[in-house]
Amino acid sequence: MTSRKGALLVLLFTIAALAARPGATADPPAAPKGGAAQVTIDNFTFKPATITVPAGTTVTWTNRDDMPHTVVADDRSFRSVALDTDESFAHTFTAPGTYPYFCSIHASMVGKVIVTKP
Amino acid sequence: MGDIIVEDGSRDGIDRRGFLKCMAWVGTGVVCVVEGGILNSRALGALTNAATGAAIGSGKGRGGARGGFSFAQISDSHIGFSKEANKNVVATLQVAVDKLNALPDQPDFIIHTGDLSHLSKPEEFDTLAQVLRGLKVGQVFYVPGEHDVINDDGKLYRERFAPGSRGGGWFSFDHQGVHFVGLVNVLDLKAGGLGSLGREQLEWLEADLKGKRSSTPIVVFAHVPLWTVYPEWGWGTEDSGQALGYLRRFGSVTVLNGHIHQVLQKVEGKVAFHTACSTAFPQPKPGAAPSPGPMKVPEGELRNLLGVRDVTFVPGDRTLAVVDSSLAQPGWGQAALAVRDRPSLAG
Repeated sequence: MTSRKGALLVLLFTIAALAARPGATADPPAAPKGGAAQVTIDNFTFKPATITVPAGTTVTWTNRDDMPHTVVADDRSFRSVALDTDESFAHTFTAPGTYPYFCSIHASMVGKVIVTKP
Repeated sequence: MGDIIVEDGSRDGIDRRGFLKCMAWVGTGVVCVVEGGILNSRALGALTNAATGAAIGSGKGRGGARGGFSFAQISDSHIGFSKEANKNVVATLQVAVDKLNALPDQPDFIIHTGDLSHLSKPEEFDTLAQVLRGLKVGQVFYVPGEHDVINDDGKLYRERFAPGSRGGGWFSFDHQGVHFVGLVNVLDLKAGGLGSLGREQLEWLEADLKGKRSSTPIVVFAHVPLWTVYPEWGWGTEDSGQALGYLRRFGSVTVLNGHIHQVLQKVEGKVAFHTACSTAFPQPKPGAAPSPGPMKVPEGELRNLLGVRDVTFVPGDRTLAVVDSSLAQPGWGQAALAVRDRPSLAG
C-alpha cells in the first residue's frame, strides 16, 4: 500500500509540474489558473481571440500552424520574434487594461488580452 | 469558386467561365495570353497558327526579333520551409532555375516577387542567393515578402538584395523603353489590415511617374497583390487604389505579384494583373480552406502546382505576353515559344 501510495504521489507531482510548465503541450483551458494562461495559434487564428486574465498573469502563445506567426501589441508594448511551428512566446501582464494585438506577418490575424485587477 | 473575382469590373473582357477555365489549367501547363484586354487561355501544346491551322512555335519572331525583349518572374521560394507541403524547397527552386536556364532565348533579367526566405534568417538568404547564382541571367531584381522582413523590418533583406533601393526597398528602372517599378507592401502593417504601401512610398511613386509619357509601358511588381483578391485572408493591399490612380493615365500597365502561390489574372481597363505560382508550395484557392496555409498535395503532384513565368514585351503591342509554366513541364515546349510569337495568335 505504501509503495502504491508513493507512486501515486509521484504521478500527481509529475502532472502538477507538467501543468505548471510554461508552454506545456497539453491544451489547458483558456481561463487563467495560477497566473498562467494559454493562447494557441491555429489555422491563422488566435484561440481564444479574446482572453480575460487578472494582472500578474503570464500569457503564453503557441503556434500550431505550418506557417510562422508573430504576436505584436498594436501599441508595440510587447512583441515576439517569428514563432515557427510549436514555438511559444510568453508575456506577463502587470497592469490592468485592454491589450489588442495582431500577427505582424498576417495582419488580418487579431486578438485581445483584457487584464483585470488581481 | 464564385468569390474569386472579388472586384470584377464586368467590363474587363473576362467572363467567369473563361477565367475559371484558365484557373483549372494552372499547373498542367497553361498559357494565359492577354490580348487587347481579353484573356485567352490555351493548354500548352494545343496552340496552332490561326491563319494556317498548323502547329507553330519555331521560336523565330520572338519579342527580341521584333525589337522587344523578355524577362522572367519567380516568386515565393520560402527557403527554410521544411514542412509536409514540400520538404525540399531548395530542390524545387533549383528546378525553377534549370527551367529558366533552358529558355532558348534568355530573358534580359529576372524579377523575384518576394518571400525569398521563410523566416528572414541569414542562412536562408545565403541559400537563396547561392541557388540563384546558378541562373544564366546575371541580373535579378527583388521586392520583399512579409517573410523577408520579420524581425528587423527588412534591414538585412535590403542590405543583401536591394542595396540601391529607397525607403523600405522600393525602386524603379527603365529597360528598352519600358518603365519598371518595384514596390514594397509588406512593411508597417496595421492590425486587421491588408498589405500596405504607405504614404512615403505613394509620394515617391507619384513623383517617379510624373515625368513619364502616358505612352510609356509600365510594369509594376510587388509581393502582395495590388488588387483585392480575398481580403479575409489578407490577399490585397489597402492603399493600392491610390497607386493605381497614378497609373491610370498610362496606356499599358502590367502588375505582377506573388504571395498567394497560384496564378490568378484580371484585366481592369488598361491594367493587367497577374499573380504567380510559388517555387515552394501551393496555397488553397481563395476561401477553399479554413486558412491560407501550405497545401499538402499527393506525392508527384507538387511540381504541377509550382511554376515560373516568362513575360515578353513587343514594341507597339499594348499588352505583354505572359507565359506561366509549371515545374513539372520539362523545358518550355513549343507552345511557350509560340505565345511569344504573338502575331500568329492574333487571328
